[in-house]
Amino acid sequence: MLDFEKHIEDMEKRLDELKRLSAGSKEDLSLEIDELERQLAEHKTKVYSQLTPWQRVQIARHPDRPQTRDFIEMIFHDFIELHGDRLYGDDAAIVGGPAFLDGRAVMVIGQHKGHTTRERVTCNFGSPHPEGYRKALRLMKLAEKFNLPVITFIDTQGAYPGVGAEERGQAWAIADNLMRMSQLRVPIVAVNIAEGGSGGALALGVADRLLMLENAWYSVISPEGCASILYKDAAKAPEAAESLKMTADALYKNGIVDEVVPEPVGGAHRAPNATAENLHAALNRALEEISASPVGTMLDLRYAKLRAIGAFEEPQPTPQ
Amino acid sequence: MSINTKKGIPEGIWSKCAACGEVIFQKEFFAGYKVCPGCSFHYPLSAHERLDTLLDMGTFRELDANMTSANPLAFVGNKPYEESLEASVANTGLKEAVVTGYGKLNARTVVIAVMDFRFIGGSMGSVVGEKITRAIEYAAKKHAPLIIVAASGGARMQEGMFSLAQMAKTSAALGKLADKHVPYISIMTHPTTGGVTASFPALADIIIAEPGALIGFTGARVIEDTLKEKLPDGFQTAEFMLEHGMVDMVVERKEIKGEIAALLDMFQMGAAGRPQATLSVGDIVPGADVARKMQKSMQTGVKKSAKNIKTQVKRLQGK
Repeated sequence: MLDFEKHIEDMEKRLDELKRLSAGSKEDLSLEIDELERQLAEHKTKVYSQLTPWQRVQIARHPDRPQTRDFIEMIFHDFIELHGDRLYGDDAAIVGGPAFLDGRAVMVIGQHKGHTTRERVTCNFGSPHPEGYRKALRLMKLAEKFNLPVITFIDTQGAYPGVGAEERGQAWAIADNLMRMSQLRVPIVAVNIAEGGSGGALALGVADRLLMLENAWYSVISPEGCASILYKDAAKAPEAAESLKMTADALYKNGIVDEVVPEPVGGAHRAPNATAENLHAALNRALEEISASPVGTMLDLRYAKLRAIGAFEEPQPTPQ
Repeated sequence: MSINTKKGIPEGIWSKCAACGEVIFQKEFFAGYKVCPGCSFHYPLSAHERLDTLLDMGTFRELDANMTSANPLAFVGNKPYEESLEASVANTGLKEAVVTGYGKLNARTVVIAVMDFRFIGGSMGSVVGEKITRAIEYAAKKHAPLIIVAASGGARMQEGMFSLAQMAKTSAALGKLADKHVPYISIMTHPTTGGVTASFPALADIIIAEPGALIGFTGARVIEDTLKEKLPDGFQTAEFMLEHGMVDMVVERKEIKGEIAALLDMFQMGAAGRPQATLSVGDIVPGADVARKMQKSMQTGVKKSAKNIKTQVKRLQGK
């Protein structure tokens, strides 16, 4: 349970208790129950409308938060998982394959962290190796060949930091995805569902539309990493989270993210199905919009979108 | 300064290499582009020193020289971003961590971008990303070969996602350049690390690394902390990357220019019938000879980074 959820949990327990008492007694407790329900709703709205960036990071990392496989299960049907990069191995940190989104066949690819300890270890906690990124690219090229739109789910603290990952070209694999995704001749919708840690997240994030769940974060560096560089103290992560402007609403305001997908009050872990419904609708909407353009226009717009991000000053531009 | 003056010997003539301790004749050191004649240690170069080693004398024309950083996140952290920028400007005389333009390399016209590690660790923010993207687009427009020299610790943290997005921007521009069959040669120098490595430096037709350069994605300390074990000797050096198939060649500084010229000639021959470079460099500006110019810049600029260089040397020696 998260710190700021404690009081909510207490109130919910008291409410349950009252309801239980009420059911077993002749005394009418409905007034008390109504009052407590009102207070609870008010308190929740207050807490969740004023979340700090660091509190959102906590929600994004909640162990019960739905992950890529959960969203695939809730939103798509007839998912067929494909494996391997055809070069070195199969990375469980990235799952992917074709599936139906309602009536439309698509390629869905995403980082998966795992729920149980065992699954988490198998998935390296959602931190991919180069073979994961190369598998993702292989599936995207497959999608391009058969004209299937690509949907990616981003959920990683970062690419895997290990000797093998460096030996097999982590940087090269990520860079290759960035370049090839910018030119892929099918629509791409990327959704950050929880954590977007730096280049390891971006490697699935070059898209026509970048969506973000309300409580997800996306940043050039993790708040802990930033804090240990700036303050030599990872415990100052809450301050770093504030400085990095890494929440969905901040990134939307800065023009980095195209759409924020709302989560029910309390966060996705409290209402996975309702979250999935919101995301489902947003995906269909995004695909409709992108598919309205011919491929050439779509690619021009994608390039223009990537090209436009940046903030600088230039008093006298060089004439070309 | 980067190399210590030996007691009793007038400064500026003899110095002691911080890497091997050998006493070296400074003239020879500068003539060798700041490579120790004793141990072959490659001392870092500023962006302009690097341009001198690659381009024909007096042929460089700078592009987008007036672009400077904004502070899109109003980033404060331990000190305001503006302060870091001002300090780097004062220390380097540059406006940002990359210098871009065009010039002649053994008489072939090329577009070139050179990073300078002294400017906030050569980190890539909006300006570095934009200037490199424009250089790529310029090379594509003019069908002129592109050379990018990387020297970077990674993304510019103070610009948050604006910084990360530059990786995608530069990579997308390179996709378009590749479609035009314009050659792109990447030179990875010490250090080429972090998010920057995972963008334009890794996407070249040919990747040349300088001997001993630190090259990688995740920092060695982060890997050590995660794995709780000591890393192998020579991990993430240019030679390590060559062994693992990630770079085409490790080339001594003095040989890089000739190697590029030879490659461009071969690619040029294969590209007969394709659009030719439409970029010309105007009159050649007479300049001092390269060694003398370097000695001057060494005396003015590099002294300040002495401590930095010693740390780098120690790191390269695994201490």
